[in-house]
Amino acid sequence: MIASGPQGMAAKALSPEIAELVSYGDDNLVLAQRLGEWISNAPELEIDIALGNIALDHLGVARALYTYAGEVEGEGRTEDDFAMRRTEREFRNVLLVEQPNGDFAHTIVRQFFFDVYSQILWSGLADGDDNTGAGIAGRAVKEAAYHFEFSSSWLIRLGDGTEESHRRAQAAVDALWRFTAEIASDEWLARVSSVFETAGLAIPDDPYQRVGGRDGYHTEHLGFLLAEMQWMDRAYPGLEW
Amino acid sequence: MAPPARFQEIIDSESKIEPSDWMPEGYRKTLIRQIAQHAHSEVIGMQPEGNWITRAPSLHRKAILMAKVQDEAGHGLYLYSAAETLGVKRNDLQELLHQGKHKYSSIFNYPTLSWADMGTIGWLVDGAAITNQVMLTRCSYGPYSRAMVRICKEESFHQRQGYELLIRLCQGSEEQKAMAQDAIDRWWWPSLMMFGPNDSDSPHTEQSMAWKIKRVTNDDLRQQFVDMTVPQADYLGLRIPDPDLKWNEERGHYDFGPIDWEEFWRVVRGSGPMNRDRVEHKKRAWDEGTWVREAASAHAAKQQRRAA
Repeated sequence: MIASGPQGMAAKALSPEIAELVSYGDDNLVLAQRLGEWISNAPELEIDIALGNIALDHLGVARALYTYAGEVEGEGRTEDDFAMRRTEREFRNVLLVEQPNGDFAHTIVRQFFFDVYSQILWSGLADGDDNTGAGIAGRAVKEAAYHFEFSSSWLIRLGDGTEESHRRAQAAVDALWRFTAEIASDEWLARVSSVFETAGLAIPDDPYQRVGGRDGYHTEHLGFLLAEMQWMDRAYPGLEW
Repeated sequence: MAPPARFQEIIDSESKIEPSDWMPEGYRKTLIRQIAQHAHSEVIGMQPEGNWITRAPSLHRKAILMAKVQDEAGHGLYLYSAAETLGVKRNDLQELLHQGKHKYSSIFNYPTLSWADMGTIGWLVDGAAITNQVMLTRCSYGPYSRAMVRICKEESFHQRQGYELLIRLCQGSEEQKAMAQDAIDRWWWPSLMMFGPNDSDSPHTEQSMAWKIKRVTNDDLRQQFVDMTVPQADYLGLRIPDPDLKWNEERGHYDFGPIDWEEFWRVVRGSGPMNRDRVEHKKRAWDEGTWVREAASAHAAKQQRRAA
């Protein structure tokens, strides 16, 4: 059971190559923005630092991809043109990354699902023919491995830790599972299942999936995230900061 | 040699006191209070700047700001570790902060209301902090002085970034210049207050100077800061909100107007604009994280049992 949207009008048609770069850029930027919301709010200083570092890595990947997309496109668009001057309908990120932080368990489950996806995605692209793209992927795959180390080890701690942490971790899995069709593959499922087994967590018995991010058909959360992220650029158009 | 004589000899010879050395109880207490206050300031200081991470006007600025706030969290960690060498625990110190029994720098009890505040905090607040911390690299307590060496390097970088942000605003549109001027108008006096009361009203200064924890007095540090900062404001084309500010040829320093010590004490005692918000935010984050920390301990204990 897959819920997607009607095909609306895309604001600007992109070539498939640029669309791919931009959509991965959007995944990373939106997730960085969400992780940035954690700063000064984490359960421990060490976790605050780790979430901030992960956010910085995602932000770095997004900037590299947007810059490269702008070069390939050849119309002079910059990273900030992509980040600050597109609407909700033009963002191509998967729905998972725009979901709110929720409690720490939601953030960890979201990160874990995305890290498994990123590792598979970037390791596939790191050997590509396109040198710049492969360079970005080569860096991203190393970072994704470190992020996976963090998110999977926390998922295991939460799943195995206390009754409360187990309940919260399973609740987060149940809530976010419906956003996994956009990132899942056989390999993804195998890696997720293996960590779930160690963590004592169960894959939900619920066939419902929501998709549409790659077509710009988002959940209602993205608009608020963009409103906050883009407001200065929109309030003071054309200025340098 | 008797331990107190040995302690005095280390102080007199400009060597460092190390954690295993004998030290007077007052020396230990003073350092714990000061290092903890410093660590708390780094951690509370994450809030006013964290306030702008999600709204930074460009991706470049967002990355710089995120990295800066991470550095502050890192400084908090080194400083808590330095305090732990004196026989206290990080969590106990944090608990004293949450209960309002420990202070942090009052500068963080002011709100960040525009993007220009990110530059102004880097320039003035980090600038004032560096003035104080460069002195502390020569502090007699080894772990604290070494932590300061590393922190000073990162803070200097932050200060340059803050100043560079303001240069950009001051070379920009009228709106951007006005934003920068408004920020300096709000942050100037609180920045001068960061050096603490006048020497004549500073109860701890004399003993701290004798122990070489503190090497320069509050008023001398404040003067250094003003002398360094005024030309930088001139370069930016920003007006410092002090009608009495002028170069004094005879002294070779800038004269500046009287500080509103009533405001200083009001904020120190908890009635600044953001005191309650800062501590509530910190406590909320800590309380909401309790189940996470408990999960980590429970998992570690289970792992140990499984291994046994």
